[in-house]
Amino acid sequence: MPENLAKFCPGCGYPITLLMLNKTLEKLGIQKQAVLGLDIGCALLAWNFLPINTFQTHHGRVVPTMMGFKRARKNSLCVALVGDGGAYAIGLQSLIHAAKRDEPIMVIVTNNTVYGMTGGQTAPTTLNMQITPTSPQGNIEEPFFGPELLKGIVKEGAFLARTAVNEPKQLMEYLEKAIQTQEVGHFSLVEVLSFCPTNWKTVGTQTIDKLNGLKNVFKLGEL
Amino acid sequence: MNNNRKFLYGHELVVQACLDAEAEVMYGYPITPTCEILSGWIATGKPSLQTEDEIAAGFAVCGAVLAGQKAFTASGGPGHILLQDGMSMAEGMRLPFVIIVGQRGGPSSGTVIYSQQEVMLACFGGNGEGLRLVYSPATSRELYELTRQAFNDAWQYRFPAIVLTDGYLLKMRSGINLAEIKIENVPAHQLVPEDKIVHWPNIYTMEEELNEQINLAQKDWDEISPPIAKAEILETADAEILLIAHGIVGAAVKEAVKQLRKSGIKAGYFRPITLRPFPKKDLDNLFMKDNLKKIIVIESSSGQLARIVREQLAPEIAVGFEYLQKPGLGIEVEEIIDFIKNN
Ligand SMILES: Cc1ncc(C[n+]2csc(CCOP(=O)(O)OP(=O)(O)O)c2C)c(N)n1
Ligand code: SF4
Ligand SMILES: [Mg+2]
Repeated sequence: MPENLAKFCPGCGYPITLLMLNKTLEKLGIQKQAVLGLDIGCALLAWNFLPINTFQTHHGRVVPTMMGFKRARKNSLCVALVGDGGAYAIGLQSLIHAAKRDEPIMVIVTNNTVYGMTGGQTAPTTLNMQITPTSPQGNIEEPFFGPELLKGIVKEGAFLARTAVNEPKQLMEYLEKAIQTQEVGHFSLVEVLSFCPTNWKTVGTQTIDKLNGLKNVFKLGEL
Repeated sequence: MNNNRKFLYGHELVVQACLDAEAEVMYGYPITPTCEILSGWIATGKPSLQTEDEIAAGFAVCGAVLAGQKAFTASGGPGHILLQDGMSMAEGMRLPFVIIVGQRGGPSSGTVIYSQQEVMLACFGGNGEGLRLVYSPATSRELYELTRQAFNDAWQYRFPAIVLTDGYLLKMRSGINLAEIKIENVPAHQLVPEDKIVHWPNIYTMEEELNEQINLAQKDWDEISPPIAKAEILETADAEILLIAHGIVGAAVKEAVKQLRKSGIKAGYFRPITLRPFPKKDLDNLFMKDNLKKIIVIESSSGQLARIVREQLAPEIAVGFEYLQKPGLGIEVEEIIDFIKNN
């Protein structure tokens, strides 16, 4: 159960990922070792959400922070929760190098195709021709595929996957695999396609339709 | 001759000080004049990582100290700028983050060995109030001692700390007997404990919440400032002019004051050893009598130390100021003497 009430917008995908994470930790009996580092983005709203050690970092900096933590406390289970902007734009350099060095940390990337926290601006994951406050004529770029990019960089034993908040079984399975990957000393990244009704300006089934549409562009599954 | 005396480079003394402080890990990215600190630390076989940039080094240090490990980094110039990102998180969360800064000439890539131009960056380079400890060593021995002290004060008082030195001191070799120096270590502790759950924000919804945090930190800072703030003060009882300098320029000024005294000039010497907190009381107290007529601030920058001195000196103290400023250049004893004699 969450420790405190969610501060996420109604219908946001983040709490689904977080509750699933918590459930997985509970199931594996490792809540006590878990340390959740939050990037600045809507992930920051989770600072007191789960009954596990949690702290906020800076935008794009949660990966090197959790690397420093994990190297200092080897028996901890280090989880970095980060948005697509934090992971694939400002923090990409650190993400690539953490993956390349096979840092035994678990990165959960919330792909909502926008900069949620700052009002829905263009993110590396924004679809081609998607309209955002910083792409008023539609995004001229193609979206960025994080797990696919890392595939050519990671070492044997790393775990890379993409799922969605409305795929609870797969989400839980991947979170569990990512945790097990860390336990045997490897890097993992799970990208989660996630609802952002506030910035998508969608209601009800529109939000679900939009998310399901994203699955045609961002392929779900293990890499 | 004591056979414990060794000839060591400044960077070797830094590495030795970090080892003796029981630092467990260094994260760093090569930049002159601090490359030898990184390679020297790696050569000890202690845990280390050459990161992809200084930003990652800074945040890795933050992560390590959150887990309770004594960690540090070293850099200068453009790398020091990038480290201010992690330093800002450390200032906000009161993390015992330690950086050894080897100042080099700026702005931009500037020159690579020497300046005193990173004073403002070290003291006030964050998006906050500058609640970080900044030490400025003048000698090799002090470089060692203040590095030890930086770890101790950071872990005891929970403020980030910078040892602000330069490439001249780091590349200088001098005889030193470390066995003579007795400093007890303040142990590290887990900031995110294993046996308790913490929920730790650094961004606040309410402006009042942040304001409260800043006020609490400021209160602690004001309490610890008197015991930490330190200066070296000489020949001030009857001095008419007070020479103020820090770091290795301070060492040159000290020698200049000796020689000026020999030629009958009533010069006094004030060297802040800590730039943050600044030894304000020590400076103000020199003006209890009214022998001092003039302050001369001498530095290898266009006035970064002078700004701090003017700001810290009690406003009711009326005294003239003069400046000897050579941004990015070393300052010799003779030119200090000439400057004083011709002014
Ligand atoms: C260095 C820095 N630049 C910019 C910001 C402002 N900022 C906060 S969150 C954010 C974007 C968040 O987007 P994303 O990482 O995708 O996370 P989301 O909110 O969508 O989950 C930005 C640009 C910041 N906090 N720090
Ligand atoms: S802005 Fe979007 S991602 Fe952020 S809390 Fe609201 S719905 Fe969730
Ligand atoms: Mg996003």
